[in-house]
Amino acid sequence: MVGRLVIIGGGMAAGRLLEALADAGSDWKVTLINAEPRGTYNRIMLSPVLAGEKSYPEIVTHDDAWYRARGVACHFGARVTGIDRAAQTVTLASGTAIGYDRLVIATGAMPLIPPMPGADLEGVIAYRDLEDTERMMGLGAGTRAVVIGGGLLGLEAAAGMASRGVSVTVVHRNSHLLDRQLDPAAAGLLQRDLEARGIRVLTSAMTQEIRGEAGQARALVLEDGTELPCDLLVMAAGIRPNIALAEAAGLECARGILVDAQMRSSDPAILAIGECIEFDGQTFGLVAPVFDHALVAADTLLGRRTAYAIKEVSAKLKVTGCDLFSAGDFADLPGRHEIVLNDPLRRRYRRLVIENDRIIGIVLYGDTADGTWFFNMMRDGTEIAPLRDTLIFGPAYQPEQAA
Amino acid sequence: MKDVSSPCEIRSTCPYCGVGCGVILRPDGMGGLTLRGDPDHPANYGRLCSKGSALGETVSLEGRVLAPQVNGQETDWDSALDLVASRFRDTIAAHGPDSVAFYVSGQLLNEDYYVANKLMKGFIGSANIDTNSRLCMASTVAGHKRAFGTDTVPGTYEDLEEADLIVLVGSNLAWCHPVLYQRILAARKERGAKLVVIDPRRTSSCDGAEMHLAIAPGGDVALFNGLLAAIARQGAVDHDFLAHVEGFDAALAAAEAQRLAPTGLSQDEMQAFFDLWIGTEKVVTIFSQGVNQSSSGTDKVNAITNCHLATGRIGKPGLGPFSVTGQPNAMGGREVGGLANMLACHLDLENATHRTAVQGFWDAPTIPQGAGLKAVDMFRAVGEGRIKALWIIHTNPAVSMPDADAVRAAIAGCDFVVVSDITGETDTARLADVLLPASAWAEKEGTVTNSDRTISRQRAALPVPGQARADWDILADVGRRMGWTSAFDFQSTAEIFREYAALSGIAGALGRDFDISGLADLSDSDYEALAPTRWPVSAGKQGGRFFADGKFFHDGGKAKMLALSQRAPVSALDTEHPFRLNTGRLRDQWHTMTRTARSPRLSAHRPEPFVEIHPEDAARLGIGASDLVRLKNATGSAILRARITSAQRPGELFAPMHWTGETGPTARIDALVPAVTDPVSGQPESKAATVSAAKVEAAWYGFAISARALAPRCDYWTVARAGSGWRAELAGFSEIADWEAEARRLFDCPGAEMQSVTDVARGLTRLAFHEDGRLVAALFIAREPVAVMRDYLAHLPGTEAPEAISGRPPADQPDPGPVLCSCFSVGVNTILDAIETQGLRSVDEIGRALQAGTNCGSCKPELAALLERFTTRHAAE
Repeated sequence: MVGRLVIIGGGMAAGRLLEALADAGSDWKVTLINAEPRGTYNRIMLSPVLAGEKSYPEIVTHDDAWYRARGVACHFGARVTGIDRAAQTVTLASGTAIGYDRLVIATGAMPLIPPMPGADLEGVIAYRDLEDTERMMGLGAGTRAVVIGGGLLGLEAAAGMASRGVSVTVVHRNSHLLDRQLDPAAAGLLQRDLEARGIRVLTSAMTQEIRGEAGQARALVLEDGTELPCDLLVMAAGIRPNIALAEAAGLECARGILVDAQMRSSDPAILAIGECIEFDGQTFGLVAPVFDHALVAADTLLGRRTAYAIKEVSAKLKVTGCDLFSAGDFADLPGRHEIVLNDPLRRRYRRLVIENDRIIGIVLYGDTADGTWFFNMMRDGTEIAPLRDTLIFGPAYQPEQAA
Repeated sequence: MKDVSSPCEIRSTCPYCGVGCGVILRPDGMGGLTLRGDPDHPANYGRLCSKGSALGETVSLEGRVLAPQVNGQETDWDSALDLVASRFRDTIAAHGPDSVAFYVSGQLLNEDYYVANKLMKGFIGSANIDTNSRLCMASTVAGHKRAFGTDTVPGTYEDLEEADLIVLVGSNLAWCHPVLYQRILAARKERGAKLVVIDPRRTSSCDGAEMHLAIAPGGDVALFNGLLAAIARQGAVDHDFLAHVEGFDAALAAAEAQRLAPTGLSQDEMQAFFDLWIGTEKVVTIFSQGVNQSSSGTDKVNAITNCHLATGRIGKPGLGPFSVTGQPNAMGGREVGGLANMLACHLDLENATHRTAVQGFWDAPTIPQGAGLKAVDMFRAVGEGRIKALWIIHTNPAVSMPDADAVRAAIAGCDFVVVSDITGETDTARLADVLLPASAWAEKEGTVTNSDRTISRQRAALPVPGQARADWDILADVGRRMGWTSAFDFQSTAEIFREYAALSGIAGALGRDFDISGLADLSDSDYEALAPTRWPVSAGKQGGRFFADGKFFHDGGKAKMLALSQRAPVSALDTEHPFRLNTGRLRDQWHTMTRTARSPRLSAHRPEPFVEIHPEDAARLGIGASDLVRLKNATGSAILRARITSAQRPGELFAPMHWTGETGPTARIDALVPAVTDPVSGQPESKAATVSAAKVEAAWYGFAISARALAPRCDYWTVARAGSGWRAELAGFSEIADWEAEARRLFDCPGAEMQSVTDVARGLTRLAFHEDGRLVAALFIAREPVAVMRDYLAHLPGTEAPEAISGRPPADQPDPGPVLCSCFSVGVNTILDAIETQGLRSVDEIGRALQAGTNCGSCKPELAALLERFTTRHAAE
């Protein structure tokens, strides 16, 4: 049977799903609907584009020819207004209804915009897509930008703009940058490095309002009264799964669209993958699990039964010269020990959290070349006792048999 | 003669062991020097050992005392020597001449010794002058005198090359007299002579030996009694020669009555040795500290001489008993009267004729009637307040004497202590009231006598620094200030030597062996050019060997054989002290390390003091490799690193004697040696203390490297030179809360940039400090003995070394391992790797591949042992 498969969303999850189906030679007749006026590109490479280290064409993963060759019907720049589960159709803003036998929702995530006066002013943007990137790239040298959020995305935005001569201030609620990925020591090194490239960093900073002039954002005001003038204000305070369509269609949702291990929503005809889902109480914001979702969904669509399991993931900051690698759990809890390397000389910091002689958390800053080695040991549950004295220095310092 | 092949090359003599190797020194014009073996010197023919080769690294002025000090304050010579002279004079006036003493050293040259001896015995009027040679070969002196009537070494070094059998008794010649060992090895290669080692330990000297008899401590008299009985049994007695020997029957009867069980050897082992010895006419029996440093040391010497006398194997090429001495001028000290029971030129204090002759020659106001206090008794008298003024010259008795802690306390409590030395940084010098800066080896002129009676010139190659002065000059100055102006009006060493040689002529006329009167008329330039000369040098005899003619120096002209029976060491094993502690030397260190510890290369061989223990004993005590071990007995205690080795007999321990309060205050091993002496020679029993041994449980262990000198303060520490800085082992019994503060204090680097690794759960802390982009220090702390690649790390201070904190080189960079070949700094791992990957099968092949062993050759036995280990391992696989 040649079934009709509709995919809503053209992000990296969708791209990976299409590849997997194509590789398997599946005969699903695929329709791809993307709100962005383009197909899939490597969204996580937007930061290098922003920093001027890459150009947009270099990060495109699926061009028109690719879709054509695989018979994918594309609706780019098209917004979906509703899903009719009974009729098994998807309706576009244009009014077009597209029938499906299976539907995959891959709508990704929305930026989290903290509720504050002025958030709707012109000049307040998020950092999600090529348009946002181009807004930032359009700032000239000598202009001023404020970034709200000292997470991965916010810092990449800040570094990218700073590299273009923009005077950037990062405003972060928590007491240290990247608080989900780093411990305070590593964050301190990172902050030092960012400050060294002219980025002003304010931590433990609470935002109050965005002041505007003629509908244009002009300054961010903090609770302590500090006023940070800006020509552009970038919201990078976090993301939330984009579940509006699914909710409207009556699919079971919590923070995200609830899926089972085969990526099926509460409606077996509808799958969901990527940043819009919730599985086992977790939502997702990094590319590795999103790709896993896509592969599991592909198997489900191909009639293979593969069960998704959450894997350890690692995060990297794509700011040239501020390499960091973070994975696992590094909360300070009883029974956990840590091995810490503090090496200002080589501008690096490493922290491994150990529980039962196994790595359960990794923070690397400055020199992340060994990240994968540590990560594999964590993932594999490798017993580290025999290596413990030199573990923190990485594979080059292990006896041959262990390296 | 000063001109060798270049105008700035100077012939001199190595200041280490009693082999007395010739060296050619080339000053670099910047206060340092390079050197090579003197190809023309009959002791070494160009060879040098690892220590000798590294002499150039030991001559820096670091740590030198350059001005006289009184109570730690610098002063001028007049003030210092007036004080010395007046305090000695006042003490003698108040308490008599025996209330003062000199404790001198085998480091002194003959001329220094001569003046010291003349001052004490002829003018102060006491015989309270003893030399640290007392700790070294006093038993040989006594044994020679009992057997031959005088202290004569009968043979020469050539005998070692002409022998068909060499027996080493209580001598690790490969490490302690490496050049003689190399000569023997070369001769063995050429002529196939056999080698037997009699030693409780399987030392480097055993490598390649036909036989190693792991004798029980104190078993030597029994073994050689057994040999004497076998000689008689097997009809090997030389009855013609016995015409020149007294005491054969009694000696044989005692030997036949001897039980051989105390040797700890099997009947078969002993018989094989007896057969080999008896069946080989040309046999040289070499003996050293394993024989001498014993409460029955003199008997051991005579047990050996008995066998040579009974067979007439003495004084002819390739045979004879042969004592090798520890110090560069131990022999000179014996000749010139450095021992409290000798007069001068082998004349006897107890002999009225001798006394009168010497007193007359010196035109001396007085002369003591009998022996003075030997070293152990001397320091006992210091401790008891009977000696009230003490002058210690170039020796470190606070470390090297038995019962060293008590000796240190005695010196500290003495009313007036003068120390002459080249450095104030010794356990003894720190106790001095007056510290006198003496000139050092490379700055001194004079003569030394080596183990085969060869007198060699020591010549100055470097300027005397600061206000330092030669010892003879300081001693003579004090003599003049004490009122004996003309007797001590010496202007040069040549003048002293001529007087000494003239006095020996009187000795010769009185029938003594030591007669160098042929040199009494040397001009200054002749003296300057004096080539190595074996004594005697007289109208009647020039060099050569003694006693082949059957003429001995006892009244009546005969040799004496002694009736002997084995005596066990004095310290008895008991349940509380179940281990017997042997002490001795390492290959690359010398005495209390005041010189060798300055050389990074030499320090690399064994950078930390240790105790060797048999695997079974270690297992029983729960001692693992690298654990710290505490040794204890009634006189003291020590903490040392365990080295577990089957080279050690079960129940016996070995510890090196070199470490001091300056380099490892818990490793002052002589603190454990009781002040027990041989009743004849007064030599201490340094190798047979009994001790308890137990694993030390420290709260933490540390290893440190530093570009600057460091002075740890923890419960256990040792410091050694390394590369461009220092390395240290540390341990403590209580936790340290703030390692960073501790380390910054230890390394004195308050502002340095710090790298750190902490693993709190494991008790692991590593800190590395950098200044101006270079590593200045690093500290590695763990709850167990620290496992890092020390020999790699030791070279890092002063370099960039950003990865030092890892404690090891990256996996793709090999760790050379502990240095085995000091001359070329080749490590054990490098050698093992080359053996494996290049299929090296001999010491020579290793030398061709890696250079190791090709300079001084001191490491050749260890190279051979590595080859052995490797091939055995592979054979077993």
